Amino acid sequence: MSDARNDILGAVKAALKQAGGAGKADTTTVVSASQRLGDPRANLIPARGRLGAKARVDLFIREAEQASATVARVSSLSGVPREVARFLAKNNLPMTLKVAPGIAEPAIPWTRETLLSVDEGRADGSESASVSRAFAGIAETGTLVMLSGSDNPTTLNFLPPTHVVVISASEITGDYEESWSQLREKGQEGRFMPRAVNWITGPSRTADIEQTLLMGAHGPQRLHIVIVDEETPAP
Amino acid sequence: MESTTAAFRENTAKALGDAKLRDALSKLTDGFPASRREAIARLPEFDALRDAARDIKDHVLANLDFYLESFEARVVEAGGTVHWCRTAAEARTAILRTCKTAGAKTVTKGKSMIGEEIAINEHLEEHGIEPVETDLGEYIIQLRHEPPSHIIAPAIHLSKEQVADTFRDKHRHLSPGRSLDEPRALLDEARGELRRKFIGADVGLTGANMLIAETGSIVLVTNEGNADLTYSIPRVHIVIASLEKIVPTLEDATTILRVLARSATGQEMSVYTTFCTGPKRQDDLDGPDEFHVVLLDNGRTGMLGGEFHEMLRCIRCGACLNHCPVYKAIGGHAYGWVYSGPMGAVLIPGLIGLEEAGHLPNASTLCGKCEDVCPMRIPLPRMLRTWRRRQFERRQTSYPSRAGLRAWSLIARRPWLYRLGADIVVAVLAALGRARGRFRWLPLAGGWTQLRDLPAPEEGGTFISRYHLGEHGDGA
Amino acid sequence: MIGSSATEPITVGLFVTCLVDLMRPTVGFATVKLLRDAGCKVSVPKAQTCCGQPAYNSGDNPDTRAIAEKVIEAFEGFDYVVAPSGSCAGMIKHHYPSLFANDPEMRPRAVALAGRTFELVSFLADVLKVENLEAAYDGIATYHDSCSSLREMGVKEQPRALLAQVKGMTLTEAPESETCCGFGGLFCVKYPDISGRMVDAKVDDIIATSADTLLSGDLGCLMNIAGRLHRRGSNIRVRHIAEVLAGMTNRPPLGEPVEKEKPRKEAG
Repeated sequence: MSDARNDILGAVKAALKQAGGAGKADTTTVVSASQRLGDPRANLIPARGRLGAKARVDLFIREAEQASATVARVSSLSGVPREVARFLAKNNLPMTLKVAPGIAEPAIPWTRETLLSVDEGRADGSESASVSRAFAGIAETGTLVMLSGSDNPTTLNFLPPTHVVVISASEITGDYEESWSQLREKGQEGRFMPRAVNWITGPSRTADIEQTLLMGAHGPQRLHIVIVDEETPAP
Repeated sequence: MESTTAAFRENTAKALGDAKLRDALSKLTDGFPASRREAIARLPEFDALRDAARDIKDHVLANLDFYLESFEARVVEAGGTVHWCRTAAEARTAILRTCKTAGAKTVTKGKSMIGEEIAINEHLEEHGIEPVETDLGEYIIQLRHEPPSHIIAPAIHLSKEQVADTFRDKHRHLSPGRSLDEPRALLDEARGELRRKFIGADVGLTGANMLIAETGSIVLVTNEGNADLTYSIPRVHIVIASLEKIVPTLEDATTILRVLARSATGQEMSVYTTFCTGPKRQDDLDGPDEFHVVLLDNGRTGMLGGEFHEMLRCIRCGACLNHCPVYKAIGGHAYGWVYSGPMGAVLIPGLIGLEEAGHLPNASTLCGKCEDVCPMRIPLPRMLRTWRRRQFERRQTSYPSRAGLRAWSLIARRPWLYRLGADIVVAVLAALGRARGRFRWLPLAGGWTQLRDLPAPEEGGTFISRYHLGEHGDGA
Repeated sequence: MIGSSATEPITVGLFVTCLVDLMRPTVGFATVKLLRDAGCKVSVPKAQTCCGQPAYNSGDNPDTRAIAEKVIEAFEGFDYVVAPSGSCAGMIKHHYPSLFANDPEMRPRAVALAGRTFELVSFLADVLKVENLEAAYDGIATYHDSCSSLREMGVKEQPRALLAQVKGMTLTEAPESETCCGFGGLFCVKYPDISGRMVDAKVDDIIATSADTLLSGDLGCLMNIAGRLHRRGSNIRVRHIAEVLAGMTNRPPLGEPVEKEKPRKEAG
């Protein structure tokens, strides 16, 4: 296979060298390629998300609802269990939950809501509902940014038919670029990417059969976002 | 995938006679463009984002070797493996070898056009491994052994009755009394079937919408979430991607994502956009133990720097299909291979040969709508002309066409000859067509008069002759 | 700029296009009238034939170049070159320069010609800024945006603005006015069944507007659409926009015999 590697890179170099004379060489940016990787810069960012804190959260809610998510606001993390119980009851869903370890007891006082039966860990496909924690929300399109990790397993985002996501209002940013910057600051030495970063915009859907839009194709049929208004440090 | 591209005329005739296909295509080509228009109307920066997206890809292509090496280094740092493959055969071998090493019996698959391009399913089946497509549309056409008819809506050509028949035929456990009348019931049936496959799979094979050189991440975009179940449950995740999918940074990927879904389905953003970086981390509760990226050339380096260079900017959004009046008339299967529409007509001749795919670049009015809507501003009509030029140079253009062109060009270069001929022909046709003003039939004009009348020329002679005789017109 | 001084009239070389020359000379006369009414000095070089598009779109670049050289030669020396066709004007404006990309002698001449070449309607509206047309037309018209006019030459608002000056005319828009009619030059005879499906969609769209007249700026599209309208038994009148703008509508519409027009006019 190293022959293939050399051949491919050789062919690329030869083609680019030849094209250099034909005017196909890079004229589109003055930033050299290595600088571009060393110091990643944002390109054009739409103005839509550039708003004050309150308007930003409002935009996030509008966009998420536009994408068929449901949104609720609570004043503090301790209010999350009651909201989740309300949501499940309203939709006639079983009161059992698999929650991400990062927001299990004691981060969120689940046991206070006695109707709920709560378990923590990853999903295996048997769960009816899951709760996980967002790293950020993007107002621009009502998108949640989820990071994988021991505190927040990826399978919770996709296997259960109902997915509840907890996010603090202060974690809602205007645009995606802001969340990338925050992620870079969080990591060390260029190793800032978790195994999976999942942007989630509304519940799963398909229109593959006669272009009829149906929710809950493979992933969750319901996405419920609980925004916590109180300033809370990320877990 | 066997190509039927050479039988384009037969494929076309079949497609044009299919009333159900016509309804499906009409729905698709109304629905997606309307949603796209709405999404764009909400985003004043859309055209500027297209420029930015194009510039990113131009920059990448001009520095492709650097970015490929950087991507590889980051994948390895994250604990993954990169397999460089020159050809479809090498990619098939690399994937099969990885599956076998993993002891795989079942491979779940996210939708991948490169997977179609290298016909990986057939190859795995031949070697006793069961590939299971998990995108709903792709799953349906896999059961039916058909190629996709649209790059983002692969089963667009099928009615719900056809899907129901397919499930009854292939899902052995299905009780005959089970109703499959509605799309919801069909989805539930497929979801249940595929859940078992997701949980039991040994390897997950996905494509990639982008590869990020900065982080060694691969980007997956879906609405169903099937790709996410494909990589997060099995022990091994294999990614198959062609070289040109690379972008420099997360910010660059973000810019392209802003135009991708809006161009494709008119969504602001697809439901699931995933950035996978390497295998499971030490403390992770889920995720694959192994992460492989199969980096495929298959003709891409041959396009680099040449007349099809800009085609390497393509992000497979399908906007050119959704807006193409020819695609709307004939659908995807008529193109006879895995790609279709304007992007297919440009790509296919390069991948399976101009001899085989000679019709595709010609079956276009060069109306320019595809270039107009392309988020990456790819000059598709220019490239269709380039293929026509190469056909002409290789004498693959049909003899009657060549002879006709030659004759016309000999005349067009000699104004005196043109004038002489024009005056005679116009006089004859005008006289013949005088009574009705048009012809229902004329010798040698069958292609035209099969479906249309041919207007007769105005009486009195050609414009140039009349003008130079001092006429001012309108003397009816 | 040459010819832009107040005393010297603008000189225009009319590239009439082969289809107009052969099939519909009235469009040529209408074009001459429109340009002269707007104060231009119009010439019609005898040495013109075809812009070379059939050869170009068939991949025959050597023959296209040979034809293009003749056109370039015939049209040097005018302030502007105007064609009553977005397709032929687009050929000269966009494709001639690339055809001679590697020809140091011809390339500057092709580029110079390209810079002076305009499609008629946009020339009237954008360059001559024609505002008070004296034309009248009794009817409800719909306008088909030909692909080349729209996408190569940027013609969209100009024909609407000019048609708004025509007395007695109502303009109604077809929802798919920007969709290709399926003509495509040789495409329509090479792939008649696909072309047929496309022109049928176009005809459906036009009929649904209840317009009694179809106008456009390209004779190729008009012949295609008129041919299909007639075959389907429609009596929608089809004309090049120049005929209406110039008030030269005495000739019967495209594809109609001279005798047939009279009774309809009396009836209408």
